[in-house]
Order: sequence, then structure tokens, then C-alpha cells
Amino acid sequence: MAALFARLRFVLGALALCLAVSLTVPVPSSAQTNPNAAAVKEQQLLDQLKLIQGRGTIPDVKSYVIEHPAGRDWREFHTVWLKWIGGIAILGMLALLVLFYLWRGTIRIEGGRSGRKMVRFTGFERFVHWLTASTFVILGITGLNITFGRALILPWLGPEAFSAWSEWAKYAHNYLSFAFTIGVVLMMLMWIGQNFPTAADIQWFKMGGGMGKGGGHAPAYKFNAGQKLLYWFIVLGGAAMIISGYMLLFPFYGGLTVGNMELAEIFHGVVGVLFVALIIAHIYLGTLGMEGAFESMSDGTVDLNWAKEHHPLWVEEEQRSGGAGLVTPTPAE
Amino acid sequence: MARMKFLCDADRCIECNACVTACKNEHEVPWGMNRRRVVTLNDGKPGERSVSMACMHCTDAPCAAVCPVNCFYTTADAVVLHDKDLCIGCGYCFYACPFGAPQYPKVGNFGTRGKMDKCTFCAGGPEPDGSKVEYEKYGANRLAEGKLPLCAEMCSTKSLLAGDGDVIAQIYKERVAKRGYGSGAWGWQTAYHETIAT
Repeated sequence: MAALFARLRFVLGALALCLAVSLTVPVPSSAQTNPNAAAVKEQQLLDQLKLIQGRGTIPDVKSYVIEHPAGRDWREFHTVWLKWIGGIAILGMLALLVLFYLWRGTIRIEGGRSGRKMVRFTGFERFVHWLTASTFVILGITGLNITFGRALILPWLGPEAFSAWSEWAKYAHNYLSFAFTIGVVLMMLMWIGQNFPTAADIQWFKMGGGMGKGGGHAPAYKFNAGQKLLYWFIVLGGAAMIISGYMLLFPFYGGLTVGNMELAEIFHGVVGVLFVALIIAHIYLGTLGMEGAFESMSDGTVDLNWAKEHHPLWVEEEQRSGGAGLVTPTPAE
Repeated sequence: MARMKFLCDADRCIECNACVTACKNEHEVPWGMNRRRVVTLNDGKPGERSVSMACMHCTDAPCAAVCPVNCFYTTADAVVLHDKDLCIGCGYCFYACPFGAPQYPKVGNFGTRGKMDKCTFCAGGPEPDGSKVEYEKYGANRLAEGKLPLCAEMCSTKSLLAGDGDVIAQIYKERVAKRGYGSGAWGWQTAYHETIAT
């Protein structure tokens, strides 16, 4: 009997000890006392910051960002949105121009050629135009190659040839950007005086620029309202292209982050495809679309009747100022 | 075939940077470029963690999606590699990469980038396995020799794991179950669209 009591006492004592120990040992899940439970969690950081950055030990500061999921949004833009925006803008513009041509045809000089010429653009103006134009065409083609080349050109050129072409295209795009910049800056300075809005521009818009059949001739000084819009797009859109382009050409200079450059690429892409679409329309109107327009940028002169029909206020201005722009045809010997 | 992945158990990483050094040495990675780096979060604060990060060899890799010349390819082991002969150094993969893995040598004027370089999971490139030209362009091809990436193989605390995704996920799960905590498989949700339930 005594042995039984001794055993019972032992069991009870053991139970009491267990209870005492479990009450005194700290609970490990308490956030205050367990440093492991306070560890930074990936998901929490991503939700809060959209970017996980810490301290590194190598000189490359940009490597201190360990996770930057925003790259996925940029990917979505570059592989899906930019292709749709670009495709619609450029193919849409081409389709519009084809329809316009079928409906309107080449806009003729209504009064026929007079045989008298007017100087429209000086040699310097033409130089600046063609400097900008030639570099723009190369920049446009090489730029579109980066977005559309993989789908359109790579399959029939093959990987090696396409890479070789794309690498040269990249160099051309990078280096010609400087010539294009000079062109845009000169163009901005050279023509800014003639590109501020005037009352005649409202009239021009009301008449649809006189581009319809029998739409009459809309008033315009040296540049009509449509050309003024083009000018301001080239100046402002060109500035956007130049700034965003140099952000991509000089990666990480001056504290640029990968987020800045993603944004720059989005800007560069969207403005770029709109620029190409607009310039396609400009090329159409300067060549096939209108009789007598191209010579203003080739030899710099236009027929007097062309000038009177499309830029009547400019002709008046020139005549008032002593007909400086008028060129008398060389008489036959 | 295996689906190769990296897993950095941040609760074990002691920021010794040996993985960084081993990688640079094994592949003769040029000055100024790092295929792997260690980043410390909450430095000096409670809950500080260090993560060793390199290319995660993503599922549906963003770099491959945006590459204008389509120079990326995925091996049978799901390792994302690229062909330096095709790369034009445009930098787009760096914009798209969630882990900042692509590196570029600076060649020529301005910021002109050379051919991109990144972690190959020690699997070389498109050239014949173990060839001299492969070594010069991409570094060692340990996978072809039946070895795993050196960074993980020599990790002193076995924080960095490399190998088949299911196997390393199982190892990590067991660790978390045993020690009772885990800060998560860093980058897995972003790279593989999955996490390890612990």
C-alpha cells in the first residue's frame, strides 16, 4: 500500500513539474521575443513597395534592387500594346491615304502652271529639311525594326542575318540621333516665327484645308494650319523623342533608374509610331498628293499659281515687300 | 527532365558572398559585371535577411519575350540561355527582367552596351558542351559534366539551393517544418508563378 502511494506521489509530482515548466518557458511565437518571426517577408515587401531593395557589397548600385516586378508591366506594353498602337497608327494612316487618293486623286494646280516661279525655301531651309528628313527615315525604319522586326523580318531573313542587320540598325539609330537633334533644333529656330496661330488658321480649318473636291482655296500665310500642326508636332514630339531617346542611349547616367528607362521607352515607342504615321501623311501630300508641292523642297521654288492657290496670304506678303520672292523666268536667248 | 530552379533560403544566408566570388571565378566574369550578388534587407535591424540573387530562369521568361532578335532559348532542363552571337546589346532584357540579371560590358562610346551576359545556371551556351569557345563566351558548363551550379554547391550554410524545383522545394519545406519559420522562397512567385506552401 505504501508502495502504491509512493508511485502515485511520483506521478503527481511529475505532472506538477510539467505544468510548471510549460508555464514558465516563453511562448516562441511571440513577435516581440523571437527575431525570426520578425523577418522581412517577400510578399509583404512587394505589396508595400512594388520593388525590393537592400544593401549590397559590390560597386554596382543598381544591383541592390533584388526584385522589380514592374518589368512585367513594361513587357506587356512592349510586346502587346505598342504593337497594336503602332499597327493601327501606321496601317490606319496608310489606309486613310489610299482611300483619300482614290477619292480625291492628286490635287492639281487649278489654274495650271503660270510659268512664273516664287522662291519658297532657301538653300539653308532645304538643307535643314533634308537633314531632318533623311535621318528621320533611317531612325524610323531602324526603330520600327526593334518592335516589329522579330515578327515580320526575322522569319524570312534568318537569325544570323537579322541579328547582323539589327546590330547595324542599332548603331545607325544611336549615332544618327545626333544629326536628327541638330535638324529639329534648327527647324524649330528657323520656322518658329511663321508658325504661331493666326485668325486665318480658323478659316483654314473651317474649309477643311481646301482639300475636298471643289472645296475652294483656304487662306494661309507661308504655312497653313495643317503645316503648323505638323511643325509643332515635330518640335514638341521631336523633343519628347530626343529626351527619351537620350535617356535610353545613356543608361543609368545621372541617377537614371530602370523604372525611368522603362517609362522613357514607353514614351519613345508611342510618340515614335505616331511620328511615323504623321510623316507618312506629310510625304504623301508633298509628293503624290499634290501637284507642284515637291519642287518647293527640291529646287526651292514653286509656281506662282500654286502659291496663289495654297498660300494666298503669303504671296500677298511677298508682293507687298517688293516681290522679293518672285523669280522672273530667264528669257529665251 | 528536371525543371532547374534556384532557391535562396534567406534564413540561412550569412552574407559571406562566397557564391558571388565563386561565380566570378568559375566563369571568369569580367570586371564590373556580376552574374550573382547578395543583397541585405533591413540591414542592422531586427529581422535582417540576406538574399543571394541571380537569373532565376523564369517560366515564360520576360527577357525572351521582349528580345528584339529572339536570342533566348530554354534548354530541356528549363534553363534560360541566350546566344551572344545574336544579341545586339539593346538592353531590353534588363528593362523586362524582374531580378536585374542581365549585365552588359561597356564597349565604345556613351552607354553603348556590348553583348549581354547573365547567369547560365552553369550550363554554358549554344556552342558544343565544354568547348573552348563556349567557355570564353559563357563560362564553364558544369551541367554537362553532371554537376550543379557552383554557387549553390559551395554554399557554406546550404542557404542557396540549385537543382530540380520539386527536390529543392521539398528540402526547403522540411527545413521550415523543422525550425518553425521561413521568410519564403524569394522570387518564386515572380519567376515561376508559384510559392512553396509551408
